[in-house]
Order: sequence, then structure tokens, then C-alpha cells
Amino acid sequence: MGALVMSKAITIDGKSVSFIDGQTIMDAALAAGVYIPHLCHNPEFEPHGNCKLCIVSVNGRNMTACTMPAAEDMVVASDTPELDSDRQALVQMLFVEGNHICPACEASGNCQLQAAAYYLKMLSPHFMHFYPPREVDASHPDIFLDLNRCILCELCVRASREVDGKNVFGISGRGIGTHLVVNAASGRLGDTNFAVTDKAAQVCPTGAILIKRQGYKIPIGQRTFDHKKISEVQMEPAKRTEPEHE
Amino acid sequence: MTFALETAAHPENLKRIVIEPVTRVEGHGKVTLLMDEDNRVHQARFHIVEFRGFEKFVQGRPFWEVPVLVQRLCGICPVSHNLAACKAMDMIIGATVPVAADKLRRLMHMGQILQSHALHFFHLSAPDLLFGFDAAVGKRNIAGIVAAYPDIARQGVGLRRYGQEVIRLTSGKRVHGTGVIPGGMNKNLSLDERDYLLKEIDQIIAWSQAAVELIKMIYSERPDFHNGFGFYRSSFMSLVREDGALDLYHGGLRARDEHGQTIFDHVDYTHYWDYIHEEVKSWSYMKFPFIRARGREQGWYRVGPLARINNCDFIPTGLAEAERKIFKEFGGGSATQATLAYHWARMIEMLHAAETIQELLHDPDLQSDDLVSNGERQLRGVGVIEAPRGTLIHHYRINEDEQIVRANLIVSTTHNNQAMNEAVRQVALQYLDGQQLTEGLLNHIEVAIRAFDPCLSCATHAIGKMPLEVELMDAAGTLIQRLIKDSDGQCRA
Repeated sequence: MGALVMSKAITIDGKSVSFIDGQTIMDAALAAGVYIPHLCHNPEFEPHGNCKLCIVSVNGRNMTACTMPAAEDMVVASDTPELDSDRQALVQMLFVEGNHICPACEASGNCQLQAAAYYLKMLSPHFMHFYPPREVDASHPDIFLDLNRCILCELCVRASREVDGKNVFGISGRGIGTHLVVNAASGRLGDTNFAVTDKAAQVCPTGAILIKRQGYKIPIGQRTFDHKKISEVQMEPAKRTEPEHE
Repeated sequence: MTFALETAAHPENLKRIVIEPVTRVEGHGKVTLLMDEDNRVHQARFHIVEFRGFEKFVQGRPFWEVPVLVQRLCGICPVSHNLAACKAMDMIIGATVPVAADKLRRLMHMGQILQSHALHFFHLSAPDLLFGFDAAVGKRNIAGIVAAYPDIARQGVGLRRYGQEVIRLTSGKRVHGTGVIPGGMNKNLSLDERDYLLKEIDQIIAWSQAAVELIKMIYSERPDFHNGFGFYRSSFMSLVREDGALDLYHGGLRARDEHGQTIFDHVDYTHYWDYIHEEVKSWSYMKFPFIRARGREQGWYRVGPLARINNCDFIPTGLAEAERKIFKEFGGGSATQATLAYHWARMIEMLHAAETIQELLHDPDLQSDDLVSNGERQLRGVGVIEAPRGTLIHHYRINEDEQIVRANLIVSTTHNNQAMNEAVRQVALQYLDGQQLTEGLLNHIEVAIRAFDPCLSCATHAIGKMPLEVELMDAAGTLIQRLIKDSDGQCRA
């Protein structure tokens, strides 16, 4: 039966990849061990297509692999110089749109944005920095929220809604004014029922949602991406390093 | 308060000589001289022209992030800022740092002292000391040292490399590591890492001894010249251990005046502001600290190797202590005031650092896993250490949400601000007053500044490569002489 279900296939970079109905191109690729760069996708949550890093060419049209359902005989190109160049530009834009100061960020070495930049061979931000004025919110006793580092992936929004059932986070504004908001009359995280054990406290791909007082407890050399590329780590989701609780 | 030669009475008709940038120092600074038609010096100032702003932009950041953030002040002595800030954070979290973590931090700090002192002596100052202050400018650099004294150059590079390796293995990286955390350390030293460092330590101690011998030989060849160059008397301040020993990591503050009389001793540095105030002057981005009890006029002082070797009662490692005694004997039994004696004191400290590293490497505590502690939260923290260039003060206040609300950093070079200006003025009077200016004469001023090993902000690594242009104008503003130093070190009219 299983063999019959898996009989459908798409082609990714010339390789035949089986899928079952309902799977996206990303689902099929990850299951087959084919890496497509991504930041906002996490198999545990509904895909959103926010970061656009997983953009692939499907029968000649660019699509986000995390949201595009796989369909029989699709010809997908992912690992091409053109697409990697686009992905690099997207990551560069994420860097200049926020305030990502890796040298002083405690997420350095554990940060997926930084790891994606290394993977895509980004050598400089290329674009002019926006240096936007962004807020930090330290009102929660266990969580430090630093919007300087938010890339609007909405993983915390989805985790809080889908797993924690709390709707602590949301997205407001439009275009360049889009920003993460906290669901409290005061807008402060300390006035919500957010808990350090919530799933939403564990999923931030950058250093925007930090568990307080962890800092640099994990030494250089033992951080998630110190010895592994993001492509290796994201292919093993079960092994993702999550911060320890105090 | 204005000191002699700090501000000319009538600057309007004086010609202005500018040395910018001052080379073979860390960071950017300049010297300005105002001279009359007969080339008599009326004003001499050493300016720090950079604005850093760290005290401002750490505000709002979580306190545990700050030790890593502020070490970006500098690429030469990041360990010093990292450690001073973390000592302040130890106080904020109410921690008593475990013995093993304390020793690992000391090991890291000694690596820092070793590499920084080696860098300064061999790369930045040896060209002046070995070739002469007015030697051919093309030769007066590290490349000249490599060509003329390859063994000395090799030892300098080797000492610095070893210090960086100590830092790498304790902090995770050669520069800007993260090993020190509030309350302790995030890693110990493995047996493999210890053995790797032990392999070379005998050689490092031997090279450090050779460096002390070298500076002694240079000094003793012309003792009067070296003693008299930019000479003036001042107070000295440094940390000392409870028993009066040299301690570069922790202790109480001791200050002695120009006659060797104690101003204060074993002062708890967490209340440093009861003893030290800072004055701001319009012509420099660097503040002028002074000892409160002595006032603005008399209260300035020197910090760094010379202050520490003069101030301590003894050095707790054998070879360095023997050298301290020779140094003290040379000074006639009292504090040595000579500006160039900084170099000698610095090399004694480098030897002490090498000996301490050896001692620590044999300590089994370094392999302990008891590395972090915690305690009752405070809203204020002060951390002080003796950085390579002198006493370094980090002071922070946090709010209930654990964010920094106020920071005050008094870095080593800031303490020496008035002292460096004084050295510039003495040398200007001794060597430039009434003279036709040459590149060699102007270098005398830089030699005096270099003796302090100032870190004017963060390291720029533009060692002697930046062009220098000096213009001599008459009272009417007409250019009468111009000297340009190109990036290759060549001087031309």
C-alpha cells in the first residue's frame, strides 16, 4: 500500500523525489534528504511563506517551496546560482532591515539567520543599513524580547497560537511598517500569560526572543552551528538545540 | 584648572604644529603645539579625537550581554573589558566566583598581559629603543626590527602568539571570546589544552627573561638620557593584593604621591567615586580623572606598569620579584619617575605573567567543573582590574527588568590623560623649544606618548601606515615649512 501511495514523484534538481498527496515541495524535499534553504519554515507548524528563502523554480515559475503543494511531474530547480543569488540578497535585506549586531548577540552560533548567511556565502550586507529604531521589552521575568532582531518569520505567532493556545504574538502594520506585536493592552510581554516553557519561547530563529540570563553559557565550539552547516542541522529537526531553562 | 603649557595666554599669533595621527599607538590621537616666531613652545596638548559612546549604547541592554558587548571597545585588550565588566556583573548577581573559575579568569588575564605587553614592546616601541628616536624613519618600524634583529622579532611574535593561545583556550577565541560569564566561566581547561600550553611555557619564560635583559641593557647604556627624557614627578595608582603584592586581577586601590607618601591604601574599589573624580575639558573627548583628596590641580596620577611596579610591596613570582628589586635599586630605593621606565616595568610584568601562567597550568583546579555561582541580585555592580595599560573601572546600574540604565567606564588610558599631556609638554620643552623642527624631533613627542602604551579607543592596526603632515606657519599664517610622512614612512618636504 505504502509503495502505491508513494508512487507519485516530482523532480528536484534532476533527482526524482517521491511525495504523497498533501505534501508541499518542502515536505517532500526534506523527507527525501534534499535541502532547500529556509528560515520561516518549521515542519511543526503550518507553512507561511514569509521569508521567501525557499523560493524554487517550478516548471519555470518561482514559487515558495514551503507553501506549494507537490504535484506529479513537477520539475523543480532549487540549487542554482540564480536562486542562490536571490536567496543571498533576501538574507542581506533581512540583515539591513533590522539591527543584527552578531559580535555582541548571544544567539551568535545558534542563530539561523547568521547560519543561513554563511550557507549562502554572504560576505557583506551589500545594501545600506536602515538602522531602524526598534523596541526592546524586558518586562517579562523570564523572557527578553528584542525586536531589533525580529525577521517577521511568525514562528512565535504560529507556535503560540497552534501549540500553546495563547495567541501571545501577532503581526501588525503593512509593508515596511510591519512589526511584531504583543497581545496585551499595554503591549508589554510582562502583561501576558506567556511562559518560558511555551513552545513560542523556543522557536525564534534569531536572538529576538531570548530566555533571560542564559547569555553565553554555551561556550564557543558547542553552539549549534559551530561545526555544522544550517543545511545539516535543518535536515535533522529532532536534534535542534534548544536553550536550557534555569 | 589649567596646567603650564596647557593653554597659551595669547594663541592668536602663534603657529600651530599638528602631529596627526600619533603612530604606533592603539587608536587615534593627535598632538598640537603652538609656537612663536622663535619656535618657543607656548602650548602643547595631546588630544583624543574619537568618540566611542559605549556608555550610552549599552543602556537598555540585558546585563548578561554587556561583558561581550563592551569588549568590542578594543581589539588589543578585549579580555580586560570582558573581565572588568564580568566582575561588575558578578556583583550584580551576588555571586562569589568559584575558585576554579577565578583561576581560569586569571589565566586568561595573564595571557592578555603577555600578548599585549609583547605587542607593545616588540612591535610598537622597540623600533625607537633599538634604532634611536631620530633614526631613519624607513627603518624605524617592525619590518626594520625583523631585518636588523630577526631573533628579537621572532621572540616578540612568539610571545604574542602564545598569549593569544592562552586567551583562545580559555575564552573560545583569540579575540572577543565568550568564556567569562556572570558568576564564573562557561568552560574549564581540558588536560589536552593544558598540555598543549605547558609544552612551550619554559620557552616563553626564557624569552620574557631575555626581554627584561634587553630593556635593562638599553636603559643602562644611557641611564641619564633615559631617566631624563620627559621627566616629571607624579602620583601613582594601582590595585594591590591584601598583603601588598602585585595583583593584576583583583585587590584594593593604592595611591602614593610623588614623594612616595600614601594617599590611600587598600580602598574597596566598589566605592571608587569617593576617591576619584573626573574633569571634562573642551579640547579632548577623554576625561581627566583626579584623586579627590588632592584636588584638580594636584590630584592627577599615573597608572599602568610603572605605577604597579612602584606601588606593590613585592611580586609573588620569583624571577619577576628579583627583577623588581633591581628596578627599585636603580631608582635609588624609591619610586622610579622616569617616563621611559614604563618599558622596563612592562617587561617585568610580562615575565610575571609568564611565570603565573606556568604556575596556574600545574593547578588541577583548572580542570574542575565547579565553574559558576549565583546569589542575591543587586542593582549596582563595579568591576576593576589592572588591564595591561593600567587600572580599568567598569560601573553599571540595572533596573528591575535587568536592563542597564547607567554605565561609567574609566579606562586605563583615561587615568593617564594628564600624565601623557605632561610628558608631551616636558619633551616639547626639552627637545623642540627653539629648534628647527624635523621628523626625528617630532618623533620624540610620540616616543613619550608610546611609553604609556595608550589605547586611545579600539585598536586600528594602522601601525605607522597613516600619512602625517606637519605644517609650520609664521605669525601671519604663511607656510614656511611642511613635512609630509607618506604611508611608506618616507618623509618629504
